[in-house]
Amino acid sequence: MDKPKVAIFDFACCEGCQLQIVNLEETILDLIGAVDVVEWREAMSEKSHEYDIAIIEGSITRPEDEKRLEIIRSRAKVLIAIGACATIGGINKLKNNFDLKDVKKCVYADSADKPHVDTEMTKALDEVVEVDYKIHGCPMNNEEFAYVVRCLLMGKKPVIPDYPVCVECKAKENVCRYEYGELCLGPIIRAGCGAKCPSAGYRCFGCRGYVDNPNVDAAKEIMDKYDLTVEDLKSRMVLFGSKQGPTI
Amino acid sequence: MSNVNINVHHMTRVEGHGNIVVNASDGTVEKVQWQVPEAPRFFEAMVRGRKFDDIQTIVSRICGICSISHSLVAIKAVEDALSIDISEQTDMLRLLMHYSEQLQSHVLHVGYLVAPDLFNAPSVVPLVGKAPEAVKTIIGVHRVANQMSELLAGRITHPITLVPGGFSKVPSEKELRQLQDTLKAQVKPLQTICDVVASVAGNLPNFERDTEYVSLKQDKTYTFYHGDIASTEGTVKPVSEWESVANEYVVDQSTAKWAKWNRETYMVGALARYNNNAEYLSPLGKEVAGMFGLKKGCCNPFMNNIAQLAEAAHVVEHSIELIDKILSKGIEDERPNISPKPGRGYAAVEAPRGILFHAYEFDENFECTWGNMCIPTNQNHANIQKDFEKFVPENLESGEDNLRQGLEMLVRAYDPCISCSTHFLDVEFVR
Ligand code: SF4
Ligand code: SF4
Ligand code: SF4
Repeated sequence: MDKPKVAIFDFACCEGCQLQIVNLEETILDLIGAVDVVEWREAMSEKSHEYDIAIIEGSITRPEDEKRLEIIRSRAKVLIAIGACATIGGINKLKNNFDLKDVKKCVYADSADKPHVDTEMTKALDEVVEVDYKIHGCPMNNEEFAYVVRCLLMGKKPVIPDYPVCVECKAKENVCRYEYGELCLGPIIRAGCGAKCPSAGYRCFGCRGYVDNPNVDAAKEIMDKYDLTVEDLKSRMVLFGSKQGPTI
Repeated sequence: MSNVNINVHHMTRVEGHGNIVVNASDGTVEKVQWQVPEAPRFFEAMVRGRKFDDIQTIVSRICGICSISHSLVAIKAVEDALSIDISEQTDMLRLLMHYSEQLQSHVLHVGYLVAPDLFNAPSVVPLVGKAPEAVKTIIGVHRVANQMSELLAGRITHPITLVPGGFSKVPSEKELRQLQDTLKAQVKPLQTICDVVASVAGNLPNFERDTEYVSLKQDKTYTFYHGDIASTEGTVKPVSEWESVANEYVVDQSTAKWAKWNRETYMVGALARYNNNAEYLSPLGKEVAGMFGLKKGCCNPFMNNIAQLAEAAHVVEHSIELIDKILSKGIEDERPNISPKPGRGYAAVEAPRGILFHAYEFDENFECTWGNMCIPTNQNHANIQKDFEKFVPENLESGEDNLRQGLEMLVRAYDPCISCSTHFLDVEFVR
């Protein structure tokens, strides 16, 4: 079998997830050996319109980007969204909490009406096209990325965790952030990062998005136990993915 | 060859999206443009209403490569706004964390993005076959820099441990000692990288344009983190007045804003830092600069890559010293204990690509009411344009391919981080 052709694209984002691919260091040489990378603007000069797998970073913020994404989708057999920007809209979605005219005015003042600084409501990739696999996180977890790519190469279906961060956090025997009076989103957020933030002494702020069926009652119980309100929780919830997800 | 038509639509091997457009006919240059078509991301608007301790988490996402610099400068500006003091240990650990990013970013840029040009390869991938040892050495140093970020920031990209008032978690004495040993072992590989670059440095174009260089400046220090804003024109301003240095304005060819200070344009980055502070580089840093004939007052933008190598050596050497200093005072597991007061604050740090400014204002609920950021690449855009205007006529007869290659290398030399400015790079030659 021919090596699968892979192309990597980015939309509105910080390019941190592409950097995570580079950060695989030596491992990336193995992966690159197993596939044929035909386009990756950030790292190489070659370009191609033929590919089997499209790996996409970033969220969609303009109509022209929506069109570009649709073209990529029509060419690719498999489309993988990497990072919170692509999977849930990411930090870019904070913009959606405001009136867009006001957002433009705030940054570009008198030039806010110029067409080239135009913007629309931020969307995750699956709000525009069908997405086959999502690699969550901001930045995405690069080991998970390598795992998904390997699975695809072997024709296996990758398994992405569907349980909350608390499970991994408890396994690491961290002291719960609630004990420090902090509001941690671990109870409702998808695991897979190894409870990265609580392990570094910081609350989970939700970059991997919600688990598929978040146990809302359990979250409420925790709120009650630590004398916090649902409003407190909500105020911390909008960072990644804005107002998406379950209403508590 | 006097008709030229270059249209590079989305230049490669840079962070973000940029276009180069050149039109010339009969030896006359009609149009030369450096364009930034990146999707704007509106961070200044998005921070409004957010709590003071969420700010660094949000703005870190301006740039994946400089996420530590963005978090650091945000924390500094937040602390300035809310009158929060920090301990000496916090200050030193933050500097060490900042060094990890300088090293990581410089090695990435020179090793993975610029070296292919010097070897005439389209990317680092074919270099794996041509010069496997050199590539492995680059990967090795890059990995160490990443491990250093991981230890201090909690992960490689987008720091977790940086919080207003201090750290959420500090490294242990043992971890710092191990880091120090690892850093000592990087001196040789760094020399190898410099030797490899030196062997092809003849391919760096010999191009000069008299330019104003802007960076931080601090008494007798090669500073990345403290000090005032200084220009090679002799002007100095306190950081609190950064908005009057980076006079930003919007141009039609770019979603990223442009900036100017004393002259029409200025340059920031490793070469600017070098031109303002060269005498305070570490011995190893000076050695690297000497190896490539880099001298203070250099105004060849391509030498920015060499200044980055000198800085990589400097930060390794200074990190080793800094760890001694931190450990001699004993590392304490201190938790931030703060009593903030509302207000407005300003800060600057040197991101790997140049001076980076943030400012915020908070209300009595410590929610952000206003934010302003000015990133290095935006400050460089206008200067890139001016370089183009001199470079294109000087090299018009070299042939379209060579000219295109030269222009792409010129942009890459600035190590632009277009995603933060918003994004960039495509060359368009129009006949
Ligand atoms: S998900 Fe996060 S790290 Fe990845 S591109 Fe978006 S902002 Fe950057
Ligand atoms: S710190 Fe967060 S993730 Fe860990 S157990 Fe507590 S709530 Fe769950
Ligand atoms: S702990 Fe939460 S915020 Fe941190 S990486 Fe994991 S999912 Fe993201």
